[in-house]
Amino acid sequence: MFNQKKFIVSHAPFWQDGSSISTKNYHIMLAAMLSVIPGFLQYGGPAVAVVCFSIATAMIWELIINHISKRPVSIGDGNAAMIGLLFAMMVPATTPWWGVLVGTLVAVVIGKQIYGGLGGNPFNPVLVSIAILSLSWKGMFDFDEALLAYDFDHTMIYPLAALKAFGPDSVSSFSSVDLLMGRQIGGIGSTCGIAIIIGGIYLIARGFIRWEISASFIAGIFITALLFNMFGEESKYAGPLFHLFTGYTLIGAFYLATEDSSSPVNFIPMLIYGTGCGVMTILIRNIGAYVDGVVLAILLMNIVNPLLDKIRPKALGKVVGK
Amino acid sequence: MIKRSFFGLQKPRLEYDIVSAAAPEPREISASETVQLFSNTVFDKKDQVALQPGDEVKTGQKLTILKESEDYVISPVTGTITSISPCTGDFGVQMTSIIINRKDKEEKDGRFNEISKTPSLQNTKDFLAGLPGVLPSALFSESDRKIDTIVINGMDTDLLVNTKQYIVKTSTSAIKKGIQILKEITGIENFVIAVPEALSLEASSTGAAVKTVSSIYPKALPHLVLKEILGKEIPAGSSFEELGVLLIGAEAVASLGTAYTTNEIPTKKIITVIDKHGFKKLISTILGTPLKDIFSALSISAEDSDRIIIGGPMTGSSVYTEDHPICNDTDAVIVQDRNVIPFISDNACINCGECVRICPAKVPANMLVRFLEVSQYEEAADSYDLFSCIECGLCSYVCTAKIPIFQYIRLAKYELARIHAAEAENV
Ligand code: SF4
Ligand code: SF4
Repeated sequence: MFNQKKFIVSHAPFWQDGSSISTKNYHIMLAAMLSVIPGFLQYGGPAVAVVCFSIATAMIWELIINHISKRPVSIGDGNAAMIGLLFAMMVPATTPWWGVLVGTLVAVVIGKQIYGGLGGNPFNPVLVSIAILSLSWKGMFDFDEALLAYDFDHTMIYPLAALKAFGPDSVSSFSSVDLLMGRQIGGIGSTCGIAIIIGGIYLIARGFIRWEISASFIAGIFITALLFNMFGEESKYAGPLFHLFTGYTLIGAFYLATEDSSSPVNFIPMLIYGTGCGVMTILIRNIGAYVDGVVLAILLMNIVNPLLDKIRPKALGKVVGK
Repeated sequence: MIKRSFFGLQKPRLEYDIVSAAAPEPREISASETVQLFSNTVFDKKDQVALQPGDEVKTGQKLTILKESEDYVISPVTGTITSISPCTGDFGVQMTSIIINRKDKEEKDGRFNEISKTPSLQNTKDFLAGLPGVLPSALFSESDRKIDTIVINGMDTDLLVNTKQYIVKTSTSAIKKGIQILKEITGIENFVIAVPEALSLEASSTGAAVKTVSSIYPKALPHLVLKEILGKEIPAGSSFEELGVLLIGAEAVASLGTAYTTNEIPTKKIITVIDKHGFKKLISTILGTPLKDIFSALSISAEDSDRIIIGGPMTGSSVYTEDHPICNDTDAVIVQDRNVIPFISDNACINCGECVRICPAKVPANMLVRFLEVSQYEEAADSYDLFSCIECGLCSYVCTAKIPIFQYIRLAKYELARIHAAEAENV
């Protein structure tokens, strides 16, 4: 029995399909970069700085928490970096350094780590942070004010703010194509619709995000906006395409609502959840007090997610009432 | 190993290996010096032990460890017992290992021969309970449950394995005979044989009704096969026998037929052996042969940090030594190279839902693991369908967080069974 060979002993299955948390997160980041690059081109150095600083600080916060809670170092899974990237995509290029620092702190620590880390968070960490920051420092997300320093060849107003303040006529200068191509102002990585859509479709095809959520989110936005536009008071509500291509709609549909831990996994719940996000977004935009409704809408649906996910198919051989 | 396809949106499609039309004869491999057998009997010092190291045994002889016991194993060789010692199996189940040193000259034990002219349930129970391919113990257990159908599984339940299919392909007459015997000794008239499409011709000549099984994993797992045949789901947690069905592997039926035709107890097992490079060979060897004999005969090298798997890649079990013997349920042996062994992790579930989407039993595995990780087995069974699981292993296969979900599930079922057994005893 001596000199025995040491074989690996473990349990079935002995195959794994090769997926991993880090692959998933890195692909999401890769796809997201596609919509960050137009932001870099539009806003230049400051945008690059915000993105880099955001990713770096998110990872550092994660590392610090790992250290304090004496848990294995988890920045390798890419989730902290992804949180940093998504956070940066939603803020204006002029966000001060302390804003980013606090933002990623809130996202990583309050959004994720206090719930036990990855997979335990009931809310999307990035949205928790954006929500808290926009309540605390209103001006930080006033894109019109924030981007005053820039001079573009396209309309220099934040479309959703203009819509809220002056009605649809004021935004008629935006063509859908312009909006889709990113000729509007907004967060660093949230304006170039076409890039977000391409990235989103890539992630869906590769199976990294759930298409049901993205599709129903978009459907929810489109249908609700259309109903308002058709049956609402004349010239009070903007059309569905405008809503689709402005603010955080697309980044919400593809990158935020699809966050694993805070969204459902069963088919019908996913549809309800996605549609719910879309409908709430338009309700907030059209009749609520806020300029953009995506953040709150998704956070609201995050709350009902555990309930929704109880709607699931009957398991094999399950005897009802047993 | 089959990896996730580039377009991960698509569900992975794992297909069974269907035995090829020109399957070569299995290669005969003989055990060199020793064979090892496992007995379910456990004994301690007080017990009256009937076997001792040094005892001579003949081929086909019944070995009963305790004097009073009904439990036995059949010696597949002639030789001398060199050791009888306690050992542990999966989940720490206690067993006894018997090692026999072979002699060159084979002597046959004639006791089965004396009674083999009169097949009966009792004779079968007394001599053939350990046949290659495993006869289900429910065949012998007295109960008021009325079994009216015997389903013969002619399809290997796990990926890569070809053993049962090979038997159906080549041993139709033995299976036919086995069916006759079963009819005679049980009085059951309904026989169904489940085979892949490619073997339906062979299967039809056995006399049983043929049911074809899809070649997509996990369609050949017992629950799904029976669901197809019965046209209804097996209620979670109940046994097949409760529904009046008995499932027997094709090899066991063939062995039974052979036993009563040759008047000898079959001791040879067909095994699918797969080496590190994925090359597959069918072999035939006597029960108890240590794996290392098979490896050396086939010049397969298994080194440190490789993995030796008994059974298929999805549901098998791994062993820690090349001395491990072939048992009557060993359908396959796989050597996995250290470089392709996937890691598992202690990550928490990220709720990606892959497991939920792939589960053929619609078990909410994402919720299940949260309870199983903290040993809340009762809650897992009551609220999250633990007992609906048909043990295919797909949830672990796709898990993004690489959580050993399947192992948690097996362990939970085992623990609950133990708790319930203990409760039943205490009432
Ligand atoms: S092993 Fe996993 S995937 Fe297979 S039936 Fe059980 S829970 Fe479902
Ligand atoms: S596949 Fe793994 S990580 Fe994904 S939901 Fe299931 S258990 Fe959780």
